[in-house]
Amino acid sequence: MTELLERIAHCIEFGKINKASSYPPDMKGQDGADECTKAALDQGVPANDILQKGLVPGMQKVGIKFRENKIFVPQVLMSAKAMSTAMVHLKPFFQSGEVIRKGKFVIGTVAGDLHDIGKNLVSMMVEGAGWEVIDLGVDVSVDRFIKAVEENPMCVVGLSAMLTTTMVNMGTIVSSIKAKYPNQKVIIGGAPLNKDFCSEIGADFYSPDPQGAIEYIDNLV
Amino acid sequence: MKRISDEVRSGHFLVSDGAWGTFLHKKGLKSVECPESWNITRPEDVMDIASSYILAGADMIETNSFGGNRYKLKRYGYDDKTREINEAAAQISRKAAGDEKHVLGSVGPTGIILMMGETSAEELYEIFREQAMALEKGGADAIIIETMSDLEEAVIAVKAAKENTRCEVICTMTFEKTVNGEYKTMMGISPSEIPLKLKLAGADIIGSNCGNGTKAMIEITKELRSVTTEIPIMIQGNAGMPKYLNGQTVFQETPEDTASYVPDLIKAGANIIGGCCGTTPEHIKKIAEKVHNLNK
Repeated sequence: MTELLERIAHCIEFGKINKASSYPPDMKGQDGADECTKAALDQGVPANDILQKGLVPGMQKVGIKFRENKIFVPQVLMSAKAMSTAMVHLKPFFQSGEVIRKGKFVIGTVAGDLHDIGKNLVSMMVEGAGWEVIDLGVDVSVDRFIKAVEENPMCVVGLSAMLTTTMVNMGTIVSSIKAKYPNQKVIIGGAPLNKDFCSEIGADFYSPDPQGAIEYIDNLV
Repeated sequence: MKRISDEVRSGHFLVSDGAWGTFLHKKGLKSVECPESWNITRPEDVMDIASSYILAGADMIETNSFGGNRYKLKRYGYDDKTREINEAAAQISRKAAGDEKHVLGSVGPTGIILMMGETSAEELYEIFREQAMALEKGGADAIIIETMSDLEEAVIAVKAAKENTRCEVICTMTFEKTVNGEYKTMMGISPSEIPLKLKLAGADIIGSNCGNGTKAMIEITKELRSVTTEIPIMIQGNAGMPKYLNGQTVFQETPEDTASYVPDLIKAGANIIGGCCGTTPEHIKKIAEKVHNLNK
């Protein structure tokens, strides 16, 4: 059983989606996240263990390597793809409550900004860390963020911006959310941001990479 | 008109233009607005940007078409105006440039990641072909494929421009410094990996734009030059990293700061120097003073 979970973690770490996938080249012909997850469930491995001891550790390695610039966006995307393939098999267990997730993470690219690559990366990696992710998409207004907070009490909010012209919209969103929900945690990320900007607009945390965000929100639980 | 690469080969150093996006925002472009739509709705404002770089001493100016590919325009509902918008972009810059200066039709990334299977190489080629042809029709004599991070996408764009227009083709990619001190694109590509592949695809000029400021471009230029002695190199850096001050984002490099890196950039092997995000006509003027001095 442990061996199978380790194999799942390995598939996630190296982006092996399924047997048919030719990526990564050195795993050609081997079972991928798809087959291994199915096999684990067939063998009676609890779905929660598959998530916590297979997917989460695999994705954590991805997050750390990405932060250390040992891997780049393409590798992360392949890992995320492998993870979502595995997740398909776990879906019924989320609904039944057999798999317990750490909490809810609401994420969106702020109003005026249509960039989604960074937001999607964070979204996929947070999901891979065992969170339920509610992705509001791009060009998300203050009202939509507030509505999502209303609908998902105890969630953590993540704001993304790629442009110097849209990062300023983050300030409005943070203060509007905090005015209504003073204890609501809001974290931010995006190419032009930094720590100083984060404290200036009153956000709770800034991370230059997805792993930092995951470590921060994991600590809130 | 002489080709840019021939001018460079005859020993001249040239100056390109500065920022368009941040300039448009200064003129009132809202962040939800499609920047390229101004080519049709507010051509005078676009013309004003183009002219200000010509007046500053640029030998070549770009066009307001960075996000003018069909995919990006679709997000604003302008995809059925793709040709019109790009043609207008080139017409405006040509009007500002006259017959003596070069017009580089700007082509940015699609924002779609090929390896994720959201699109095919054939479809990407078609998207870039359409944009490049419209820019040529509007009067561009070169196509600049810029801010690229995916080498595969860059190669497709270069081929599409080369095989379907008579324009010179320039391709510049965006590198950032990793924690290990190397420069890589978001997709993990090193400067030294790009010259040969882009040249093979048909690029006449290669280089780097955007990124972490003009100073970082010195090292990037060195790395590009380490694998190619012949192909002209174009460098357009940001005016430093943006800082947030009193509710506004400010780029830190002054025109003098940016111009102070010119000698080192030339020494490292750059042939054409301009600016990217946050640079202004004043930056270009200072760069031009230094660069054009070398041609005397």
